[in-house]
Amino acid sequence: MRAHLMARRLGGLTAGIAGLMALAACGSGFSGGGTSPTGTAGGTGGGSGSLTVLIGSSGDAETQAVTQAVSSWSATSGTPATVRPASNLNQELAQGFASGQPPDVFYVSADSFQGYAANGSLLAYGDKLGAVSDFYPSLVQQFTYKGKLYCAPKDFSTLALVINTDDWTAAGLTDADIPTTWDQLAADAKKLTGNGRVGLAFNGEYARIGVFLAQAGGTMVSADGKTATVDSSANVAALTYVQTHLKDGTFAYASTVGAGWGGEAFGTGKAAMTIEGNWITGAMTSNYPNVKYKVVPLPAGPGGKGTLQFTNCWGIAADSKNQDKAIDLVKYLTATDRQVGFAKAFGVMPSVQSAAAAYKSQFPELTAFIDSASFAQNTVTANGAAAVITDFNSKLEGLATGDPKAILSSVQTNLQAVLNQNQ
Amino acid sequence: MTAVAAGPVRRRKYRSVTRRNGAGWVFIAPAVVLLVVFLVVPVLMALWVSFSDWRGRGSPLAAGVSFVGFKNYSTLLLGGGLTTADLGTSLRNNFYYVLFVVPVQTVLSLVLAFLVNRRMLRGKGFFRTAYYFPSVTSSVAITVLWLFLFTSTGAINGVLGWVGWHGPNWFSEPSGLIHLLLGKLGVQQPPGPLANHGFVGISWWEWLAGPSVAMTAFILMAVFTTSGTFMLLFLAALQSIPADVDEAAMMDGATAFQRFRRITVPMLRPTIFTVVTLGLIGCWQVFDQIYTGTQGGPGKTTLTPAFLSYQSAFNEQKWGSGAAVAFILFVIIVVFTVLQRLVLRERDTVPRRKRFVRGEGGTR
Repeated sequence: MRAHLMARRLGGLTAGIAGLMALAACGSGFSGGGTSPTGTAGGTGGGSGSLTVLIGSSGDAETQAVTQAVSSWSATSGTPATVRPASNLNQELAQGFASGQPPDVFYVSADSFQGYAANGSLLAYGDKLGAVSDFYPSLVQQFTYKGKLYCAPKDFSTLALVINTDDWTAAGLTDADIPTTWDQLAADAKKLTGNGRVGLAFNGEYARIGVFLAQAGGTMVSADGKTATVDSSANVAALTYVQTHLKDGTFAYASTVGAGWGGEAFGTGKAAMTIEGNWITGAMTSNYPNVKYKVVPLPAGPGGKGTLQFTNCWGIAADSKNQDKAIDLVKYLTATDRQVGFAKAFGVMPSVQSAAAAYKSQFPELTAFIDSASFAQNTVTANGAAAVITDFNSKLEGLATGDPKAILSSVQTNLQAVLNQNQ
Repeated sequence: MTAVAAGPVRRRKYRSVTRRNGAGWVFIAPAVVLLVVFLVVPVLMALWVSFSDWRGRGSPLAAGVSFVGFKNYSTLLLGGGLTTADLGTSLRNNFYYVLFVVPVQTVLSLVLAFLVNRRMLRGKGFFRTAYYFPSVTSSVAITVLWLFLFTSTGAINGVLGWVGWHGPNWFSEPSGLIHLLLGKLGVQQPPGPLANHGFVGISWWEWLAGPSVAMTAFILMAVFTTSGTFMLLFLAALQSIPADVDEAAMMDGATAFQRFRRITVPMLRPTIFTVVTLGLIGCWQVFDQIYTGTQGGPGKTTLTPAFLSYQSAFNEQKWGSGAAVAFILFVIIVVFTVLQRLVLRERDTVPRRKRFVRGEGGTR
């Protein structure tokens, strides 16, 4: 999800062009709430019994793989189905839900999941899925809202430590030095810093720095999801650790070394290590094919091992006319074999545990990512929390000179307000 | 009988008028229908959404949606939470954007128009096209260009490097210009009253931040892209000023600057009004650059009300709040336009009286 957000922001940009033209032409200020009666996003499923599948695709490989899988399901089930890649998934879904003719099956990111579940757009089909136990439990928890599993996890990704092996050996480090604690990470970063290069660079946002919170034993929200736990001493310790090393120059934000994201800082040699997910392999292959690297799990902090995971799911519209068929399609698409196929086609990590072995044998160099699943924390995705996280991110940008405690306590207040609203 | 005789004449007249009116309505019907369907109805629906608890599913006019009065507006303006702070931040950002863009682009486009209007200028066509070119290019394309120019190792910083100035990483630098300036003068921490009191959810110290470095890049971009359009408006107005007025002034011994200041600018006043109004409206609605460029970052310093409206509606399913932001923006634009009209009118009447008095004195 992050990767293709990034791709859209930096490269593609085709996403908004058509929409923007329309917005610019008719006075953008008023378009926010008005929904023009041209419902383009909806499936025309109606009585014909066909399905529309709307996907937020990362590229041709993904679109082709999903299209093929869906058409082979059509062949066996006899139900026609069309796959359409969205240029802006959230926008097209919103249009579909408002017009009452949404696509039947679609991607839902964890960030927007609770918003759609809360406004009744999603069908809670978890109890009709059958084998839920094969999904990673934390993913199932991510898509459970008010006690009901709404949608089947599609795939997921975790964050791990990516190391430039040439820089590593040049700095006199060996496999024995691979960091397993915060102290080791700091020591390694210090040795790797120099020659216009920082030891470790990552994006200055919660979705990366959050790994340190998890490693310190901190969380953002209590287990029951009702209380914000942002200003815990563990979280203060984590931000203080990051701040110390941002100040001594061994860690840096990707933006401060002039890169758009951690992968770019890493690929262009401005950083010897970065914290990213498995999408970095695609960027490395296509943009920086000469950089040698390896991926290891993130070190443990005072609270043990920890990382963040990101996921999305196969949503089914509550307004879909063909819900049973849609559920059948989702069952087909999340089956182990198909997920292994998707992993091969476009590198995502399967959301079912039974596919982990196949993934590891397919991508032996990326096992660190799937091994991290056992200690990965979900990101905060409570309804309305997106604004709080955006605010947190904007404060984290000033972490180097800021006060960790003050940052966390303001986020605590905002997050608690959001959680209170949801109850 | 007389009444009967008069009747047909009057009726015929009346009928021909209604027929003419009817024909008029038929001719404008397509435009009216288009306006109603694509402008009036959506605006009214958005207005309704801003007073409702609609959350994006089904029609906003469906049975389940209820009227919540000013709740969305009060949460935004008086709630005191993150929603209010976001609105305050976006208004602050956009205020500085308007404050810098509108005067600069107006003056620059006037100067450009004046330059390319000179009879003696060689390659007039080339310059006119060159200045107008950014205006006809898609703002998305220009935004992408800007993102490349203003990276930390980009062309702009390269040029700044020649004069020994180490440029910032423009689009990821959230510090405000006024804060930076105050920092240079030794004011690092806000004085108590400014930090503890505020307006629309953010402290006065935050209001005083000035445009962030990232926003400054957008300000430069807006000036670059829109000056050409307004240059064209000024050019048209300049060409409609009769040459004999200028010649008469010349005969009276007015210098070039005096003629510009005393003759050209006053005669351009209606155009200046148009340009400033269009500039104000366009600047308060800035959206596409933000959407393609920074999505509100860094540190929310390029968040604008238009983008905030989009974000809360489409990404957070807070449609009522998003629509309310749009109407708050509408009110702001109307207020600014009216204010500006009053200011320009005021000036128009005072000097005429003065001139009369001065003229009288001159004859004696």
